[in-house]
Amino acid sequence: MTKPRPIFDEMTGFSGQPRKPYEKYSEWFSKEEVAHLRRKSARAESLFRLTGITFNVYGVEEATERLIPFDLVPRIITAREWQTLSRGIEQRVRAINAFLHDIYHRQEIIRAGRVPVEMIANNDAFLPEMIGVSPPGNIYTHIVGTDLVRTGENEFYVLEDNARTPSGVSYMLENRETMLHMFPELFSQNRVRGVSHYPRALRRSLSACRPDMTQGHTVVAVLTPGIHNSAYYEHAFLADQMGAELVEGHDLRVVDGRVAMRTTQGYQPIDVIYRRVDDEYLDPLTFNPDSMLGVPGIMDVYRAGGITIANAPGTGIADDKAIYSYMPEIVEFYTGERPILNNVPTWRCSDPEALSYVLDHLDELVVKEVHGSGGYGMLVGPAASKKELSEFRAKLEAKPSNYIAQPTLSLSTVPILASKGLSPRHVDLRPFALASPNGVEIIPGGLTRVALKKGSLVVNSSQGGGTKDTWVLEDE
Amino acid sequence: MLGKTAGGMFWMLRYMERSENTARMIDAGMRMSLTRSSAAESEWTSILTALGLLAEYQQRYDGVDSARVVNFLLRDKSNPGSVMSSVESARTNARMVRTALTREVWEAVNECWMDLKELLARQVGQQDLPDILQIVRQRSAYVRGALAGTMVRNDIYNFARLGTFFERADNTARVLDVKYYILLPSVMHVGSATDNVQWETILRSTSATRAYQTLHENEYNPRDIARFLILDHRLPRSLAFCYRKISDNLDYLARDYGERMPCHQKVGEICARFENTTIDEIFDGGLHEFIMEFLSDSHMLGKQIETDYRFIE
Amino acid sequence: MRLKISHTTSYHYDTPVPYALQQLRLRPKSRANQVVENWDITIEGGRKQLTFEDEHSNTVDLISFDPGASEITVHCQGEVDVTDTHGIVGRQTGFVPLWLYQRSTSLTRPGTQVRVMAAALEQTGNALNDLHRLSSDILEKVPYSTDQADPELSAEQVLTEGHGVCQDHAHVFIAVARHLGYPARYVSGYLSMDGQIDQNASHAWAEAHLPDLGWVGFDVSNGISPDDRYVRVATGLDYSGAAPVSGLRLGSAGEKLHVKLQVEQQ
Repeated sequence: MTKPRPIFDEMTGFSGQPRKPYEKYSEWFSKEEVAHLRRKSARAESLFRLTGITFNVYGVEEATERLIPFDLVPRIITAREWQTLSRGIEQRVRAINAFLHDIYHRQEIIRAGRVPVEMIANNDAFLPEMIGVSPPGNIYTHIVGTDLVRTGENEFYVLEDNARTPSGVSYMLENRETMLHMFPELFSQNRVRGVSHYPRALRRSLSACRPDMTQGHTVVAVLTPGIHNSAYYEHAFLADQMGAELVEGHDLRVVDGRVAMRTTQGYQPIDVIYRRVDDEYLDPLTFNPDSMLGVPGIMDVYRAGGITIANAPGTGIADDKAIYSYMPEIVEFYTGERPILNNVPTWRCSDPEALSYVLDHLDELVVKEVHGSGGYGMLVGPAASKKELSEFRAKLEAKPSNYIAQPTLSLSTVPILASKGLSPRHVDLRPFALASPNGVEIIPGGLTRVALKKGSLVVNSSQGGGTKDTWVLEDE
Repeated sequence: MLGKTAGGMFWMLRYMERSENTARMIDAGMRMSLTRSSAAESEWTSILTALGLLAEYQQRYDGVDSARVVNFLLRDKSNPGSVMSSVESARTNARMVRTALTREVWEAVNECWMDLKELLARQVGQQDLPDILQIVRQRSAYVRGALAGTMVRNDIYNFARLGTFFERADNTARVLDVKYYILLPSVMHVGSATDNVQWETILRSTSATRAYQTLHENEYNPRDIARFLILDHRLPRSLAFCYRKISDNLDYLARDYGERMPCHQKVGEICARFENTTIDEIFDGGLHEFIMEFLSDSHMLGKQIETDYRFIE
Repeated sequence: MRLKISHTTSYHYDTPVPYALQQLRLRPKSRANQVVENWDITIEGGRKQLTFEDEHSNTVDLISFDPGASEITVHCQGEVDVTDTHGIVGRQTGFVPLWLYQRSTSLTRPGTQVRVMAAALEQTGNALNDLHRLSSDILEKVPYSTDQADPELSAEQVLTEGHGVCQDHAHVFIAVARHLGYPARYVSGYLSMDGQIDQNASHAWAEAHLPDLGWVGFDVSNGISPDDRYVRVATGLDYSGAAPVSGLRLGSAGEKLHVKLQVEQQ
C-alpha cells in the first residue's frame, strides 16, 4: 500500500483554517443554518427543473431528463491564481491553433522531429479533408474548454484540452444566476468577476471569424443534433443568448454556393455555424453517409470559403489524449515560450517500456482511452476492484496504443453542503476560452465539477458529478 | 424565422389547445354519464368519434365504459390524443422552438407538463377528476396568458395564434359534426328532457353554456345553438370567430413579409362562407354537408400554410 | 499529342428527385506532362453550386439537381496536349504527406491474397522493374473482363473474383504496393485507344511513389505506364476519392446511368 498523500482543501488548505479567499465566505456561512441552506438548495433545484436545465442520459431506457446537481458552496479562486491560469490557458490555445494549422499544412513539427509522425498518421482524429484548409483568421478551435486540476497551494495541472465541442458553459452561467438570485448578499461582501458577458463575447468572437464573402450583418447559427441530444438545453440556451438561430441538419441546404437555412420567407445564407454535431456526422456527402444529423455539402462550402465552421472539423487531433502528452513540446515549438501550465506526467501505452510500467503499477494509476470522453472507458486504479483491474489489464494488453496512463493525482477538494454541513469533495475546473483573430478571451472562472460521492475522483456529470459556481475574485 | 420554428409554434399551441378541448369533452361526457347513465355509452362513443379516437380506443378495449374512456382520454400515453400526450407534444415543440419563446411562455408549458406528469402518474379516481380537468384548462390558459403578456407581436406570435384558432375551430366543427343529427328539425322534440341534456352537452363541450344563456333569452333551441357555434362572432369558440382570427393573423404575416401567398386566397374563401350566409341557408343546404366541407377546406388550408411558410421542405 | 475529349454522363430517374448533390471530379489540370488548352462543363437538369480544391488538389464542382428533376446530364468538352513522360508524373506537390498514401482504405485493405501476392513478388532492388512485374502479375491473375463492373469491390474481393476492369486492377495494385511500403494512389482519367474515337468508359490506373522518380503511373489493364494518350483528371486514395461523380440523393428513385465518351487524337 502506498501512503495516502495529503489532500489540499481549497477552503482550509492543509491547516484546517480558512484560507484568505474563503475568509468572508466562511464567516457568512458560520451564521447560516444548515437546514435553511438545504431548503434553498431544494428551491434552486426546482428552479433548474422549471427552466429546463436538464440533460438526457445515454443508455437509459426511458429517456429521462436529469438535473446536474448544483452545490451552493462556491469555489473561489484568487486574482493572482487566475492571472497565472488565464495566461497559461491563452498560451495553450494559441499553441493549439498554430499546431492545427501546421498539422494540416506543412507539418513542420513532425519534420522537426518534435512529434513522431505515427502520432498523426495512425490517428483517426486527423482528417485528410482538412489538409490545406485555412479557415478565416487561421482559427481552428474557436472555443476551448481546458480541464484543470489542483493539487496544492500553487500546483495546477492541465488534465485535457477540449478543442472539439466543449460543453458545460450554460451551467457556468446558470449557476452564477442562481447564486445571485439566492445569495445577493455574498456578492456585496465579495468582489466576484462577472461571467454573464460570455454569450456576447462568443457571438463577437465567432463573428470576427466570418468568411470574407460575408455581406453586411453576420448571420450566426447554432447547429444541434436535436432535442434528444444530451446537451440540447445548452444549444438552445446559447443560441437564445447570442440571438442566433438554432438549426438542425434538415433546416439547411446548399443554395447559391452557401449553406442556407429554411426560413418562412425562403433560404437565407449562414456565415458562421457553431456546430454541436461531431465531425463524423457533420456532412454525409464527405463523412459518414448514414448521418441524418448533418448537412450534405457543408464541407464543400467550407472548403470553397463560403462558411465558417466552429470549431473546425479535425480539431480532435489536438485534444487527443495521445497528443496531450506532447503538449509541452507543442507549446514550446509554436510560442517559443516555456509552458506556463503543467501537464500531468503521462505514460503512452503504445511505448512497450511505458506499457510494462503501467501494467506493473495498474492499481496506482489512472488509465484512460485515448479517444474516450465523458469519463467512460477509464480505470481509476486505487479505486478499482481486483476483478476490474484484471479485466482492464486484458483490454490494455489487447490494444495498448488505445490507452494512456497517469499517476493518481490527489485532487484538491472544496466543501459541499452535505446533510450535516460542509464536507470536502474532489473538484476540477473547466474554464472556457474564445479564440478569434482579435486574440484569446477567457471568461473568469469556468465550470467547477465536483464528485458528489465521498472520496470519488470522477467528476463527470454522466457519472454522478455535480457543479458549483466558480468565483474569481477581483483582488486579494 | 426558421420554417421549422413557425411549424413548432403552430403545433405547440395546437397541442395546448387540444389538451384543453379534450379535457372539456371529458367533462361533458362525465356530466352526461352521471346524469343519464343509460346514455353514457353512446355519449362516450360520440366523444371518441368527435376526437377522432374511436378506432384507437376500440383497438385496445372491448366495450365502452366511463372509467376506461376517461383513462384513455386523460392519461394513456400510448394514445396520441390523450391529454397527457398532447401536453407532452406541446412541450416537445416548445423545446424545439425554445429560442423563439420568452422564459415565461416556456416555463408555463414546462410547468404544465411537470404538474400533469405528476397528477396523471396514477389512475385518476372519480372524485379527483373535476379538479384535474380544471387544472388542465387552467394550465392551457396560463400558456395563452404568458404568450399574450410577454411575446413580441411579430411573425412568431402570429404562427402561435394560428395554431390556437386552427385547433379550436377544428374542435368545434367536430363536436357539431358528431351531434348534428340532434340539431336537425326532423328529430326535434321540442322541450323534451332528453334533448335539453343533449344540447347542453354540445354547449358544455365548447364552453359555451353560460355565454349562450347570457345572449339568448329563450330556451335551448337547436337552430340557435347551431347559429351560435357556427356564425356568432361574439363567441370565442365559434367557427366564424376562429376564422376571423386566422384571417387576421395571416394578414399580419402578409403585411410583415410584404407578400400574399396562396393561403390568403384560401382563407378568404372560407371566411366568406361565414359572412354571407344565414343559419337557415346552412340548414337548407344540409348541416352535415356544410361541416364536412368546412373540415375538408380547413384541412387544405392547414396544408397550404405549411407549404407557404415552409414548415417542412 | 493533342487529345480532343467529349464526355457526357446522364442519369435518368424513374421518379422525380426532391433533392440531390453531386461532387464532380471532372476537371483535368495542367501540369508538367499535360496542358489543358480548354475545358468546359455544362449541366442540364441541375446547376453548379461551387468549386473547390480537395486535399489531393483535384478541382471539384458541387452541383445540385433542379428540384423535381428526373434527368441530369453533365457534359465535359475540351482539348488537352499531352507529352509522353513514360508514366513519370514527378515529385509530390501540395500539403498531403506521403504517409497518407500508405493508409489503407476499405477498397484497398490488404487481406490474405494481397499479402500472398506481395510476398510472391521478388524484390530486386530496382523498384521500377519490381512494380512493372507486379503490374503484369496482377493482369495474369485478374484478366480484364467487363462481366462485372462494380466499383465497390475491394482489392481482396477482386482477387477472389479473378477478373476485373481497370479500377479493380488499380485497387489491387494500390493494395499490394502499399503493403510493400510504397505510397500509392488511384488515378481517374481518359485514355485514347488507338484507332477508335468512341470509348466505352473513362479510364483508371494507379500511381506509386518511388524515392528517386516520384510518382509513376502503372496501367495494369494495358500493361504499360501511361504515355501521351492518357489524360489525368483526378487522384485519390482509391476510387471513392477520385470518382468522376459521387453524390447523395434524397428519395428512393431508381437510377439509370448512360455514358458517352469520345477521345480523338489530333
